[in-house]
Amino acid sequence: MTSFDPLRFVPWTVRRLSKTFRGMVSTILIPAAVLALAVCMGPLALADSAEALFLAHCSSCHGAGGEGGRGPRLNVPRLLKAPDDAALSTVITNGVSGGAMPGTRMTTEENRQLVAYVLGLGRAEAVEFPGNRQRGESLFWGKGNCGACHTVGPRGQRLGPDLTEIGARRGPAHLRTSLLDPEAEIPDNFSVYRRVILMPDNFLQVRVVTADGKQLTGVRLNEDMLSIQLRDYSGGLHSFLKSELRELDKDWGKSPMPSYRNTLTEAEVEDLVAYLVSLRGGSSD
Amino acid sequence: MGKNPVSFRPSAARAGIHALWSAGEENRHRWILSRLQGLKVRVTSICVLAILLSLALAPKNSAQITSARLRLAPAEPANWLTYSGNTRGHRFSPLAQITTENVRRLKPAWLYQVQDLNAFQTSPLVVDGVMYISEPPSHATALDTRTGRPLWTYRRAIPSDVGVCCGQVNKGLALLGETVFLGTVDAHLVALDAKSGHVRWDLKVADYTTGHSITVAPLIVKDQVVVGISGGEYGIRGFLDAYNPKSGARRWRFWTVPAPGEPGHDTWAGESWKTGSAATWATGSYDPELDLLYWGTGNPGPDYDGTVREGDNLYSNCLLALNPDTGQLKWHFQFTPHDVHDWDANHVPVLIDAAIEGVLRKLVVVANRNAFYYVLDRQTGEFLLGKPYAKQTWAQGLDRKGRPIVLPGTEPTKQGTAVYPGLHGATNWASPAYHPKTRLLYVAVREEGTITYRATAAYKPGAYFSAGGMKGIPGVEPSGSVKAIEVTTGQVRWEFPLHSPPWAGLLSTAGGLVFGGTNEGNFFALHAESGKLLWSFQTGGPVLANPVSYSSGGKQHVAIAAGRTLLAFAIE
Repeated sequence: MTSFDPLRFVPWTVRRLSKTFRGMVSTILIPAAVLALAVCMGPLALADSAEALFLAHCSSCHGAGGEGGRGPRLNVPRLLKAPDDAALSTVITNGVSGGAMPGTRMTTEENRQLVAYVLGLGRAEAVEFPGNRQRGESLFWGKGNCGACHTVGPRGQRLGPDLTEIGARRGPAHLRTSLLDPEAEIPDNFSVYRRVILMPDNFLQVRVVTADGKQLTGVRLNEDMLSIQLRDYSGGLHSFLKSELRELDKDWGKSPMPSYRNTLTEAEVEDLVAYLVSLRGGSSD
Repeated sequence: MGKNPVSFRPSAARAGIHALWSAGEENRHRWILSRLQGLKVRVTSICVLAILLSLALAPKNSAQITSARLRLAPAEPANWLTYSGNTRGHRFSPLAQITTENVRRLKPAWLYQVQDLNAFQTSPLVVDGVMYISEPPSHATALDTRTGRPLWTYRRAIPSDVGVCCGQVNKGLALLGETVFLGTVDAHLVALDAKSGHVRWDLKVADYTTGHSITVAPLIVKDQVVVGISGGEYGIRGFLDAYNPKSGARRWRFWTVPAPGEPGHDTWAGESWKTGSAATWATGSYDPELDLLYWGTGNPGPDYDGTVREGDNLYSNCLLALNPDTGQLKWHFQFTPHDVHDWDANHVPVLIDAAIEGVLRKLVVVANRNAFYYVLDRQTGEFLLGKPYAKQTWAQGLDRKGRPIVLPGTEPTKQGTAVYPGLHGATNWASPAYHPKTRLLYVAVREEGTITYRATAAYKPGAYFSAGGMKGIPGVEPSGSVKAIEVTTGQVRWEFPLHSPPWAGLLSTAGGLVFGGTNEGNFFALHAESGKLLWSFQTGGPVLANPVSYSSGGKQHVAIAAGRTLLAFAIE
């Protein structure tokens, strides 16, 4: 293998210049030229290259804005499989074991850009908000009576979703809307590539009428072609064979959670959001 | 057969002949008859002894599978010799011990569990009491059908940088003579000794670092191993290969994307043919009378951005008919020209003979991913019939030649376009089943619209090259069904609803049953005529594979991979 001498390509005039001048050329002029060229290259411009990387490598599974699809949503404050930057970098390179996510081939620099971009998706919703966490906590268990349906750690009732880690999974804007207009924020995007449907990932209210006329309303826990399991609004667990039911109605987009628009002031809503955002699981806030 | 040691004594013969002539005609007849009878008895008894001896001495579990035995596979209903049960792609078992009456008593006979977390997609082979399965990522195991106990296993070390779109999986093995053939995710073809699992040869088919891999079950065709390639989302140039089973030498390669000068090349703008994909990742079928090999091809690359590859993009999304000796293309039919929806035509082609408008014809039928059911003449590729079998919003219909009349505004955009069928199609790779008595084609149908969006992709070897993606349509929960399609009309006779879009294939049996599976773990049997549910079992894991049926200990069994488990069922 012949040795490669890059200086061969540098005109002799430049080579004869002093080292310092050459240094200036290489550190200033050349990158500037590259930058100018890149900026002119449209969609692959340097400024957009991280987004282009994301769209090319990630979006087909994780959605164009990281909203999820075949792969989990990435625009969340904490990524389950990548608790820190190094883990995210590894996941991007190696994929996720079990073949669910393939690895990717890219340079170290591209990987670094992509890590920053993905983390940015999760932080995009993080805006400064004025709420007071302690006041929010007392509102949660007091005036809001959220504990009647929700659990935080050992406290509360288990009718609605558990909120122990809600601050890590959802951003403040979503949480705010959930309080004011609960039905608007029911996750309604079905992950279409899930092969292992052990547990549905969408809240769904169902109403059933059994063969002997008993009526029941609750949240669907699981379903297959023959059976459906639900938890009623007293917390009771039920399993029915579909052949035992006279009626089965699915109330898509319906939530038993009331809106707090008329019961809480704007300041109280902000305090409550501040408290929910602080719920990141673990031993400390 | 042994030699015939009937002794011949010349002096006695001469004496006998002399006696014949002197004894008169009637006596002559009686003498001849008695001599012949004696001879016959001696010859017969020697032959019988010889046959009994050779049978007794023949090794048990002999796996001498020849191409001839494969062609006549339906004549051996106790075995399941090739991917689809027969070479014509029917996935039909001639066994009738399990019936519509007794199937409710079907119970697990044994289970075998695998260790890997990738999807378990194997379609087992069964030969003379031994079941051969592939395991994810690229392992192979032989199981005793009587007890489910492993006899041998081949474990492959997979490089950590293999690139696959959809899991490190394997759809099954092929068997010829005493050799089992396995494709691997690092794009090798491995020949294993069927008795011991030892490697006979291990051949690199393609470079895995550029996104090539093999997940398909190879097919034995006329003493050759035919194998396809995966990499449709990695900008490969697709092909189909045939190998010498003894040496691993390649006999031929058919490139599914034509190079400059080759027919069909002008259907690719510029240099886009180089990353045209058109992968061959579902097993094909073979007609021994016509001597034609049928194989489906996959999406053009990049999947969702058609602007960089203007043209029909042959031979992506096609059914190909090839000369099995040379790999030369006899005819092709393209289901979705210039595809931008990832509607690979990687389906098992189903070869049937039936009357169309009163004339008996040799047909190939395909329920395609694009939601249309097609009937073609399998000698010429002539389009005979095309009809939607599932919800579709992308085409006004098909023209006289079977070419889709695409509705405007259905292609993926940056913001996303909702379309039925979705990205995964109205059906996918999982096998349909044909029943010769009901004359119905049973298809696992996905009712799953998607919002597909387009991005820009720059090709880099080994990197994902699909230029876009998809998500579900908000508020619409996808569902699925098993549909029974009348093969010559495309009419849906009945539909059995499933809770979610299936990834499992179907098996039909002479006992009048259709077996299928669900993502929620149900493995079930339907009445083949009416579609009524007759039996089901909760396997505890998603069924993502094709069922097979065979005999063990004189009893019919049905086997399916579900979750991490291979289950074998029988009537107790």
